[in-house]
Amino acid sequence: MAGVIARRRRRQRVLRWVVLAVLGAFFVLPLVAMVEFTTRGDQDTWRLLVDWPLLSQTYPALADGIVASLGQAGLTALLMLVLLVPTAIWVRLRLPGLRRLVEFICLLPLTIPAIVLVVGLAPVYAWVNYLLGGSALTLTFAYTVLVLPFAYRAIDAGLSAIDVPTLAEAARSLGAGWGTVIWRVVLPNIRSAVLSAAFLTVALVLGEFTIASLLNRTNLQVAINFLGKSSATMSVAVSLATLLLVFVLLLLLSLLGARRRGAGS
Amino acid sequence: MSGVAVQLNDLRRAFGTVHALDGLDLELHPGELIALLGPSGCGKTTALRVLAGLEDADSGSVVVDGRNITGLPANRRDMGMVFQAYSLFPHLTALENVRFGLRLRGRRGGGDRAAEMLDLVGIAEFASRYPHQLSGGQQQRVALARALAISPQVLLLDEPLSALDAKVRVQLREEIKRIQTEVGTTTLFVTHDQEEALAVADRVGVMRAGRLEQLGEPADVYLRPVNAFVADFVGLSNRLPGRLDGEAVEVFGTRLPLVSPGSAGPDVIALVRPESVDVTPDPDGSGRVLTAGFLGPMSRVTVAVGDLVVIAQVDSGRMADLPPGTAVRLDLRPVPVALDDAAPRDRPFRS
Repeated sequence: MAGVIARRRRRQRVLRWVVLAVLGAFFVLPLVAMVEFTTRGDQDTWRLLVDWPLLSQTYPALADGIVASLGQAGLTALLMLVLLVPTAIWVRLRLPGLRRLVEFICLLPLTIPAIVLVVGLAPVYAWVNYLLGGSALTLTFAYTVLVLPFAYRAIDAGLSAIDVPTLAEAARSLGAGWGTVIWRVVLPNIRSAVLSAAFLTVALVLGEFTIASLLNRTNLQVAINFLGKSSATMSVAVSLATLLLVFVLLLLLSLLGARRRGAGS
Repeated sequence: MSGVAVQLNDLRRAFGTVHALDGLDLELHPGELIALLGPSGCGKTTALRVLAGLEDADSGSVVVDGRNITGLPANRRDMGMVFQAYSLFPHLTALENVRFGLRLRGRRGGGDRAAEMLDLVGIAEFASRYPHQLSGGQQQRVALARALAISPQVLLLDEPLSALDAKVRVQLREEIKRIQTEVGTTTLFVTHDQEEALAVADRVGVMRAGRLEQLGEPADVYLRPVNAFVADFVGLSNRLPGRLDGEAVEVFGTRLPLVSPGSAGPDVIALVRPESVDVTPDPDGSGRVLTAGFLGPMSRVTVAVGDLVVIAQVDSGRMADLPPGTAVRLDLRPVPVALDDAAPRDRPFRS
């Protein structure tokens, strides 16, 4: 009997490793190929992963795209938080009946294909062009809509973990105004949810191509795509670097989540 | 420090068609602890929340220390509150929780006062713990310290003990009474537990359907309930048929005085407390023991008399003589009783 169990356990362990190896190969092989491809030929390979002066000198369009994407990511995260956090808190405190509606609205962008979104956004952006100019940073508005589903989910999950109405009432009875309630009581308790919403936003914006391309604005992905037409190695190298960056972001995110679970128990 | 007077005048509040408050008048004397008691949905919590400013009344006024504060938002009223749900701020330690209100008031030396308060509620050694590291009873103690730290004019306790287990509940309610007496803050305590209300309050207010049915000292409310609802809700009562006879009612051949003159007649229902019923084994007795339940020093015995079931309370030492099936005689002690002569709207509350 014991022998059967031990044998089964051993077989399961082997199976587990096989699955892991296959999946690992599936993910890692392309990455290895990218590394190999971009480092082929010694004289063209850069010595540093990030060599900004050289980059902006050799590929000014790419440098512009990187700057634009970082700006967009930062501004989008900021705008998303400023809009979403107070709204989510307020809905929970004063308008619980509207929660379903707000959730539905926030999830809508997920169901609308980017191409449809662009068709709708084009006339809006005609006005944005007219009022704010054609800067790549104006994409922030479109991206804020685009990240709503993910950011809302993250923040809502954070708010679900605490008893917002009771905490708010306790703070108010101690003399706190609404601003203090949000800033000093609710925000510190949903900090990791806010951070994960921000990380998700940054990861999403860094990978966005369709809207930027169709609205004739530059960002990282547009620049990579453009670069791919002239220098394949460079575009692959930049893609790989972006991938690594986003991977590190997601890793940070899951670490934060783990820490929250640890603290909450 | 002495308390201030609080007046609730003709408060009305409707939620849809339900009148949570239906013309509630209540006056708390300075330094007094009043317990509001009633079944769920009777409006007691709404009354407390209106006083706290967390809920608006449709009409009526709230006067604290001679000042009308009806329109003042909760954060500008000077009230400390302890909630039924655990309400400590999870990201702050016990000490920081207590300091929260003091810091909002811009008191630099809040740390000393906060430590003093934690000492008052008896958990100074847990000052640096976070709420999730504290038991339910400890969390409510910190919540009490936090509410008292700001030296509020009024202390509001919204069923602070209902989430705790029985032993901690009794312990903490004694503590609350001690601390309230010590600091002398006028206090409103809302509960649905009659034992709790009778134990801690200077006066008990029994509420039903948004109104105060009776307000009086615990012994008064228990011994001289003004109507059947109060008699029923505060303590346990037998409903025994009797005949009205002048200033008394005759039940099982015993004349019992009335707490208030009866108007209906002559056949009435008298509300008799289990502790007023004496059970004696008697082969010729008209009753028969149905069940016997052990409650510690006292026990509860149910006796069938004809098609009536009477509950009696006896010393546990006498339980051996009263096994189920024993023929017994019932004797009623002549303590004042209330009559169930209530209007038809009381019917749903009958047990």
